[in-house]
Amino acid sequence: MPSRILLPLGGLALAALLWAAGTAVLAANTPILAHFAPLEAFRALGRLVLDPILWEHILVSLQRVAVGLLFALAIGIPAGVLTGISRLFAAATTPLFQFLRMISPLSWMPIAVMVLGVGDAPVYFLLAFAAVWPILLNTAAGVTQLDRNWLLLARSLSATRGETIFRVILPGITAHILSGVRLAIGIIWIILVPAEMLGVSAGLGYFILDARDRLAYPDLMAAILIIGFLGFLLDHGARWLYQRWLHRA
Amino acid sequence: MNAPQSLASGLAPPGTETALSAESVSFAYAGTGPIFDQVSLTIRRREILCLLGGSGCGKSTLLRVLAGLETPSAGRVRFLGQPLARPHPRSALVFQQASLLPWLNVFDNARFGLDFKHQPATDADTRRVRVQAALDAVGLSGREQAWPAQLSGGQAQRVALARALAREPELLFADEPFSALDAITRAEMQSLLVEVVHRWHAAVLLVTHDIDEAILVADRILLMSGQPGRISHEWPVDIPHPRERHPATLTALRLQILAALRENTAAIPTHP
Ligand SMILES: Nc1ncnc2c1ncn2[C@@H]1O[C@H](COP(=O)(O)OP(=O)(O)OP(=O)(O)O)[C@@H](O)[C@H]1O
Ligand SMILES: [Mg+2]
Repeated sequence: MPSRILLPLGGLALAALLWAAGTAVLAANTPILAHFAPLEAFRALGRLVLDPILWEHILVSLQRVAVGLLFALAIGIPAGVLTGISRLFAAATTPLFQFLRMISPLSWMPIAVMVLGVGDAPVYFLLAFAAVWPILLNTAAGVTQLDRNWLLLARSLSATRGETIFRVILPGITAHILSGVRLAIGIIWIILVPAEMLGVSAGLGYFILDARDRLAYPDLMAAILIIGFLGFLLDHGARWLYQRWLHRA
Repeated sequence: MNAPQSLASGLAPPGTETALSAESVSFAYAGTGPIFDQVSLTIRRREILCLLGGSGCGKSTLLRVLAGLETPSAGRVRFLGQPLARPHPRSALVFQQASLLPWLNVFDNARFGLDFKHQPATDADTRRVRVQAALDAVGLSGREQAWPAQLSGGQAQRVALARALAREPELLFADEPFSALDAITRAEMQSLLVEVVHRWHAAVLLVTHDIDEAILVADRILLMSGQPGRISHEWPVDIPHPRERHPATLTALRLQILAALRENTAAIPTHP
């Protein structure tokens, strides 16, 4: 039991030490790097968490995660179900999806901005575009792995298409969807920061650029810590949801 | 009949009216030869009809056609006199696997499907009463809130039986419903089946490999054999329940069935 807390804490402490040592060594040649040291970062963090401005940035970023995820779910689940149900649809779309999936979502940025304008819309687009694949592929895999007898049961009840989808298929693949969501959240969180560096005026990505422009390097490091910590929490939340569903099901 | 006083012996014998009839029904899967050809049979109301036969002779396929899950390539199936186009709302299925939905508790599993569009319209209270009655009958009172993962194989199959009974079926299709259970549980489930279908006034088409199961529960036994399959023998069984009290009669019947199997098929079904 103590090792479950002590070991991770030890790992984190060791990383902080390496960070401190690294900045100290590098600062000997480039004095400005001293501002990136852990002590300064944590001091800035202590100040920032009391600052409502930071919370606004966090809120904006989390809201973008939610919107991007919702779009990805709204597109990924129906498309995934269709891929799992219809052999024709799957055959027609699988190479296309594999192709699109391998393009870094950020490559679309110039086009997204040209089409959707500057602001939140291209960010939502990029996040949804990045997150849709794990959801779609997991959903489709879930459908193909469904217990055939459940579908037979639905047929023996003369279930309509809607009843089969909403009462059997979707609940039957919820675990798959949730593990897709967990992957999607991880991807969204990684894409979010660079996406927010392009043409928006709020959010954690923007905050990092802003800190750089203000030469507030400790703030920048603090923002990096916050991004890591929030990502950690988001992943835990997704994993908790997944476990909860598994225990029920 | 001077049957011993018991739960089932006082109950009405099978009716004479027809629950289901198949008229010269043939079937082939896409790309296969005929699985069975020109099969005619009737299932009377409240009758337990057992379909015996070797592995692969087409019993499950015949059951699926009679249940309306597959469309026959020739011939016609009538359910309560009406041509059957899709599974009839007054029929229910039980498979070898209980196939409970793991995200629903026992009660909701037994209730599953009662509110579907093509099922007879019922209000929520009626459904609840029916489901409770079915769960009580299969001995699962008190386990309503349990999750399927917490059930033994026998309990899960009881839920599947309750799910079928809750629909108050005229005809229950059961494809080797007990063959995945251990011998003791299977024996329990066999007598439970006889008891509840009598109480529910339901007819049963029971597909099985197990001669002993057939002679213990059936009112009539059909033997399916050949390729394409056909019904080659028929035995009425009018031994009163519980049948364990008539071992000599059972043994005689058993030997007849075994002899018929030998004369018909190379593949003699194994039984425990
Ligand atoms: N979906 C299908 N497509 C094509 N052929 C099938 C299909 N299902 C079954 N068959 C074939 O039909 C034949 C009869 O199968 P069926 O399952 O009806 O036999 P069975 O008598 O129920 O066998 P068992 O006692 O092993 O359950 C078999 O030869 C089988 O290979
Ligand atoms: Mg079979």
